Amino acid sequence: MVLFEFTVKDENGLHARPAGLLVKEAMKCKSSVTLKKGIKKGDAKKIFNVMGLSVKHGDIIQVEVEGDSEENDAKLLKDFITENI
Amino acid sequence: MYSLNGKTVFAGIAIGKIELFKKEQQSVRRYTIDDIDSELKRVNLAKGKTISQLKTLYEKALIEVGESGAMIFEIHQMMLEDQDYLDSIDNIIKNQKVNAEYSVAVTADNFADMFAAMDDEYMQARAADVKDISERLITVLKGKDNDMSQSEEPIILAADDLSPSETVQMDKSKILAFITKYGSANSHTAILARTMGIPALIGVDYADDINGKTAIVDGINGKLIVNPDEDILQKYRTKQNEEELKKKLLNEMKGKETITKDGRKIKLYSNIGGVSDMPSVLSNDAEGIGLFRSEFLYLEKDNYPTEEEQFAVYKSVVETMAGKQVIIRTLDIGADKQIGYFNLDKEENPAMGYRAIRICLDRTEIFKTQLKALYRTSAFGNVGIMFPMIISVTEVKKIKKIVDEVKSELNTIGISYGNVELGIMIETPAAVMISEELAKEVDFFSIGTNDLTQYTLAIDRQNQKLDNIYDSHHPAILKMIKIVIDNAHKHNTWVGICGELGSDITLTEKFIKMGIDELSVSPNFILPIRSDIRNCNYENV
Repeated sequence: MVLFEFTVKDENGLHARPAGLLVKEAMKCKSSVTLKKGIKKGDAKKIFNVMGLSVKHGDIIQVEVEGDSEENDAKLLKDFITENI
Repeated sequence: MYSLNGKTVFAGIAIGKIELFKKEQQSVRRYTIDDIDSELKRVNLAKGKTISQLKTLYEKALIEVGESGAMIFEIHQMMLEDQDYLDSIDNIIKNQKVNAEYSVAVTADNFADMFAAMDDEYMQARAADVKDISERLITVLKGKDNDMSQSEEPIILAADDLSPSETVQMDKSKILAFITKYGSANSHTAILARTMGIPALIGVDYADDINGKTAIVDGINGKLIVNPDEDILQKYRTKQNEEELKKKLLNEMKGKETITKDGRKIKLYSNIGGVSDMPSVLSNDAEGIGLFRSEFLYLEKDNYPTEEEQFAVYKSVVETMAGKQVIIRTLDIGADKQIGYFNLDKEENPAMGYRAIRICLDRTEIFKTQLKALYRTSAFGNVGIMFPMIISVTEVKKIKKIVDEVKSELNTIGISYGNVELGIMIETPAAVMISEELAKEVDFFSIGTNDLTQYTLAIDRQNQKLDNIYDSHHPAILKMIKIVIDNAHKHNTWVGICGELGSDITLTEKFIKMGIDELSVSPNFILPIRSDIRNCNYENV
């Protein structure tokens, strides 16, 4: 399992557009991808889960990647998040 | 005649007949079924059809409102493919042995409730998206088309609320304005109306008998006037014509050069305070960014932003501007804009205190981190860097020495960078007086008129008692600007204005005649100022 953290830079938080982009990216991963915000968690491949976390600007989100290709998938997601969210 | 109030989503005036848009009530009947498998197949088939409808809508929206506006239909597709949503529909069919339409309706209510219960206004508005996709799915299940009927003559459309797909499906040439009873300014429909430039009001509490009546949508004052008198109508027709003309003239300014009648080109740039300003920078056709305030990077964090974090933000702006110049101002904070982790002492007189470049030249590590991020960004476009609060040549020499150190560090680790123009803010009387010496050191000056006025007139901007004597057109300030321009031009240094005076249309011609090279203004001033500049001369005729 690979774990990393990021802080949401987008001023509107994970609203529809960035949430959609993130789900699209997570779908590319073979590993399971879980987002955690405090005690809440959600499957990054499900848009309702991601939006349901109600992620706001400045929130710290933990990402848990688990599967055979977890190293690669985590890197892919990390790059994507740094660039877009 | 009577008028109703509403909240403006997009300003503008429309006059026409109201047509009430009644959603076909999706009365969903619940009935039990025997063949669960075939019911599940129906859902699957309908899902496929709905998704292909959404793809078509996405294409249509892409042309009409561009990628960011069209994105919602891609998100709708994702919602329809969300495994939890689909599982819920299937489970209700399996467990209760009920028809697919009913199962979708129940699922829609549950998911919409989840959004409605969230503590965030934006997310609450997403309940409408869930209902939108579910209704679409139910319509397909019932074997009907989702097409909307259209009247022949252009109308003012009144609805309880409009879903994004309803908004995009409409033939825009037939819609003069939207009014809705509900909906929020954050709804996608509101966003789409703004992007399409259609006058729109929300929260208008109308009665259904307005259907077919003539009305005026006054998006400027947030009013709907029903059955207007002839003289009111006449007044609004004149106003509408004026608005149209103004809009047309301004739109004609897009893509045009900013050049005086006698052929002097002026750089017309935009000020931004963060990445979120970029859409309006692009839609108003700015020729560059003249002031990118980098403070927000520091203000919104609880620790120093790293080189990587800064680099990502700068790079996204520079790449968006695609080769046009982006001038980033280095950190400009002080005791009046407190940032906890900087641990700055409270000061008696923060405006004249430990701030801006004074902090950067003292805590060089912070400064270097920012400069490194900026130089790395310069490999991706046209970057300029400017330094605030300069009072001496020594400061500029110190800055340049640090810049050289940063460059050589980047060389050592093999990171490439581009050509960067270096400039300073002229915002202290001292900088004005030694502008000739300073001009020898840098590529450009940017005059910060707000601080320059405060320091020159010795008037604290925060002190409301002094508002009546704070004169931004004071001859001392205008003389100073002229001195700065003349001194700079002796040494081929170009000069811009990025303070509020730059956006003051009453002074544009004066600045042009003084020989200003650049004006950096808020995005919504770009087109009006371009129009003005194209109508004035640089030389006296």
